[in-house]
Amino acid sequence: MSEIKEIIISTDKIHTDQYLVNMGPQHPSTHGVLRLLVRLEGEIVHHIEPHVGYIHSGIEKMCEAISYPQIIHLTDRMDYLSANMNNEAVALCVENALQVEVPERVKYIRTIMDELSRLASHQLWWCVMGMDLGALTTFFYGLRDRELILDIFEETCGARMTLNYNLPGGVMFDIHPNFQKRVKDFIKIFKKKLPEYDELLTGNVIFQERTKDIGYLSLDDAIAWGVTGPSGRGSGFSCDVRKHQPYSAYPLVQFEEKLDTKGDTFTRYRLRMEEMYESMHIIEQLIDNIPEGDYAVKMKGVVKLPEGEFYQRVETARGEFGVYIVSDGKKNPYRVKFRSPGFSNLFALNKMAAGHKIADLVAIMSTLDLVIPDIDR
Amino acid sequence: MTNEELQAYLTGEFSKAEVKLGKQYVEILVQAADLHETSVRLKNVPELSFDYLICLTGVDYPETMQIVYHIESVKHRHVVVLKVNTADRTDPKVDTVSDVWQTAKYHEREVYDLLGVKFNNHTDLRRLFLDDSWGFPLRKDYKDEVRIVER
Repeated sequence: MSEIKEIIISTDKIHTDQYLVNMGPQHPSTHGVLRLLVRLEGEIVHHIEPHVGYIHSGIEKMCEAISYPQIIHLTDRMDYLSANMNNEAVALCVENALQVEVPERVKYIRTIMDELSRLASHQLWWCVMGMDLGALTTFFYGLRDRELILDIFEETCGARMTLNYNLPGGVMFDIHPNFQKRVKDFIKIFKKKLPEYDELLTGNVIFQERTKDIGYLSLDDAIAWGVTGPSGRGSGFSCDVRKHQPYSAYPLVQFEEKLDTKGDTFTRYRLRMEEMYESMHIIEQLIDNIPEGDYAVKMKGVVKLPEGEFYQRVETARGEFGVYIVSDGKKNPYRVKFRSPGFSNLFALNKMAAGHKIADLVAIMSTLDLVIPDIDR
Repeated sequence: MTNEELQAYLTGEFSKAEVKLGKQYVEILVQAADLHETSVRLKNVPELSFDYLICLTGVDYPETMQIVYHIESVKHRHVVVLKVNTADRTDPKVDTVSDVWQTAKYHEREVYDLLGVKFNNHTDLRRLFLDDSWGFPLRKDYKDEVRIVER
């Protein structure tokens, strides 16, 4: 016969140490090959050190050996969800350097394509955000509606994600005859669908519990860490390049820069949802008024930039994207630097997530909307 | 401030620096020794308050390694391009500005990784993307032995 003794566990005598856990590089919530070295105590995150470079492809080095129109084809491999904005940034930079004025039609087409890209990007962000927090249904809703935009892209420029539609001096082809009708149809459909997104996820109690008052980023930190896009605007950092340094057809349209000062995960989430309405509002103002004219100006066969330095800022779906070109007058650049929004946004993660539970880290990372090739370049 | 006003103000404020109006932005070129002091004043003088470091990068020129900072003021919405030439092109050293603009910490790590610029007083100067066995690929004398770029 064995005697069963009562075992008393006293919680004061349990000694816990901090320990390090690798989250990634193969982790579903990092959405790509990113490794976070997380210092934990139990479930509480104390420090996060991101390790990047797993898909560093040396795009800046490659750019030094190729011509300007070719560079555009590399840029949409960085942030593949904001491909059109990245392409446009290089195209605008080259046009400004050569002082080429593009036709009004090009400006309208570019802006509409930008906003469609932003919508598609935010749809994908929304569906994976839900999925990261365990709500798989959002994934099917988001991808279903995103498909409509990708079909419009495919009809006009042959590609669904890596568009390569912009060129220095204009766009590659004119819009498809169906373009305007399909965009208007899409907006009609999506205006009905977007409130469903709110019903499905935004109002959900579990979702709100997991996002409200989590991952706070103050305005000062947002500015100091250069957090831009909806992530920065959630902290009250007015950083919309479309407002402050307008380009293409943005000076012609009315839209609101959505700002909030709460700075938590839920606010960043909500601002992206509101931005989708603003994007549709911008498209509606432009789609019926696309002026007639050429879709590109004739450029020389070999594009050579004058000597000097050129910088162009655009607003992608994730924040401020910058192209810095140093030219020595040859057909290929002397140095190219891409200021990618994801790079600056990622490293503010420690500020936001330290002190929270590891499950909250997943939610916080989702609202930063990271695209890893954009960080690694 | 407009670019012209900013140029005039910076010329008065920074006597040792070289201020000129570039194609887009006002450019201010400082000596490596003055970099840290200049960046602190650019951020803290209320009329300037350059608090948002947009972009930090390096350019390998034949005679010098230049570090370029694009900085914006959120309050006044003006942009300045701060440049610093390092004394030695092969072993370039400048002071860190990561205590002035926090985001510079990782931008400087990237510049160190790709161009081999050492940032004095940086708290965590390690390579960011590449393995230690690599050279500094964005330098112009980098030998592309695996022929990634040139065929």
